[in-house]
Amino acid sequence: MIIAIIRPERLEAVEEALGAVLDEGDNYRITIDTVEGRGRQEGEVELFRGQQVRVRNVQKTRITLFVNDAYVEKTISAIQKGARTEPNGAVGDGKIFVMPVEEAVRIRTGERGGSAI
Amino acid sequence: MDATGTAAPVAFDAGSTAWMLTSSALVLLMVPGLALFYGGMVRRKNVLTTMMMSFVAMAVIGVQWVLIGYALAFGKTQGGFIGWDSTLVALNGIDMAKPYSDKGIPELVFVMFQGKFAIITPALISGAIAERMRFRTYLVFTVIWATLVYCPLAHWVWAADGWLFARGVLDFAGGTVVHIAAGVSALVLALMLGPRRDFKRGAVILPNNLVLTLTGAGLLWFGWFGFNAGSAVAVEHPAGATAGLAFTTTQSAAAAAGLAWMLMERWHHGKVTSLGLASGFVAGVVVVTPAAGHVRPFWAMVMGALASVVCYWAVQLKNRLGYDDSLDAFGVHGVGGILGALLTGVFCFTPVKGVLDGEFAQLGKQLLGVGVAIVFAGGATFLIASILKRTMGLRATEQEERDGQDLHVHGERGYHFDQT
Repeated sequence: MIIAIIRPERLEAVEEALGAVLDEGDNYRITIDTVEGRGRQEGEVELFRGQQVRVRNVQKTRITLFVNDAYVEKTISAIQKGARTEPNGAVGDGKIFVMPVEEAVRIRTGERGGSAI
Repeated sequence: MDATGTAAPVAFDAGSTAWMLTSSALVLLMVPGLALFYGGMVRRKNVLTTMMMSFVAMAVIGVQWVLIGYALAFGKTQGGFIGWDSTLVALNGIDMAKPYSDKGIPELVFVMFQGKFAIITPALISGAIAERMRFRTYLVFTVIWATLVYCPLAHWVWAADGWLFARGVLDFAGGTVVHIAAGVSALVLALMLGPRRDFKRGAVILPNNLVLTLTGAGLLWFGWFGFNAGSAVAVEHPAGATAGLAFTTTQSAAAAAGLAWMLMERWHHGKVTSLGLASGFVAGVVVVTPAAGHVRPFWAMVMGALASVVCYWAVQLKNRLGYDDSLDAFGVHGVGGILGALLTGVFCFTPVKGVLDGEFAQLGKQLLGVGVAIVFAGGATFLIASILKRTMGLRATEQEERDGQDLHVHGERGYHFDQT
């Protein structure tokens, strides 16, 4: 399982990079959430009723992918390539987390393991 | 006079009647407009309560006005201080076929037009107390306030034998009766309630939906044409030239005020905000309200621009002083209303001349009106709220404030965007 937290505006580039390395082309499986939270990046400054307000949490996009072991490194490098701000990256570009999955079950057929992914 | 030269009773004037019916509906539209304007600025958890504080005025004051409000404000004068006429209770004694005074419109049309003003005025106050005042106390407050503050003040300033009217105080469409009264009362209530919990601890407070606020500002501006140009009927028969002047000054002042607020914000913060432009529009129509039928369009634009400058800094100053006027009801309506009432004495050219033409007498009269309205509305609000504080409690509980009042008071949430 690969979870990545990225800038919302980089989602398009990440999806394009993933499509280039995964077998299914544009039909690879992905879950996308809109999330907010904080890391090292500071929140945006907004103006409300004549006052500057620094929002504590930053809007981010979280993507979750389940891939078989052979595709883990390809997926990581594709996400990094797509999510990194040109040219050298910047605070707030996000993070990628990789973790093992105990079991996968396809609900329709009941098949399990790697072929269910 | 009829063709034979003998005095005939004033007949209905179809044009005036049609315009007053339209104006009455326009002024009522300002109440949902105000609800949207305020509702967009609070946090998501309080959007319904905040909008309801405007909407309920249509239900509560809508009944109060028909039952006794009109009799108190426009009934037979009792020494110039309050009206009363038992035949006007529930409007029972009004002959629907008889024109009102010499205005050429049915009295019921006049009753309805004035009633919309009575409805929106207490609703304006809700901007200062949003997100923390106990809802049922607010309801009781609006009824008592409309009866003991609005009706007498309307009688003093607008009834033909009201004591301030008799002294020549000019208030074309309600700068004193509506905006100063509501704005000052709003400030008193905000001070008595204390700041919101999150305001006190410096937490981030952001609006739930400024799109609603902008929509509301647009409706307010639109409705204000009824508010100001409709008020022309009180000064002429049949309505015409003065209504045209009031319409033009309203438009000009709002435009100039919006422009001035934009420029000032750009200079001060580096950005033009949508809420700033909307606030500018409102400040502009507020300031020109007492002056609409009394000043020329150019000076209306000057008044609008001045209102934006003064209200902008009043809103900034509030941040320094640390009181929590949640949505700037005092900063815009109170300050803009006071400024408008005084500037009316400076720029007026009809029916009397102002400082611009070297006549200082009118400015003195305007000062009297402003002073009386501040002291009376402020003092009466303090008394009413003090009694309510002891009997009903002014503030929502801490739990209600944390969770938001929508769920506790109404059992509803404004948004269910994540539901299918």
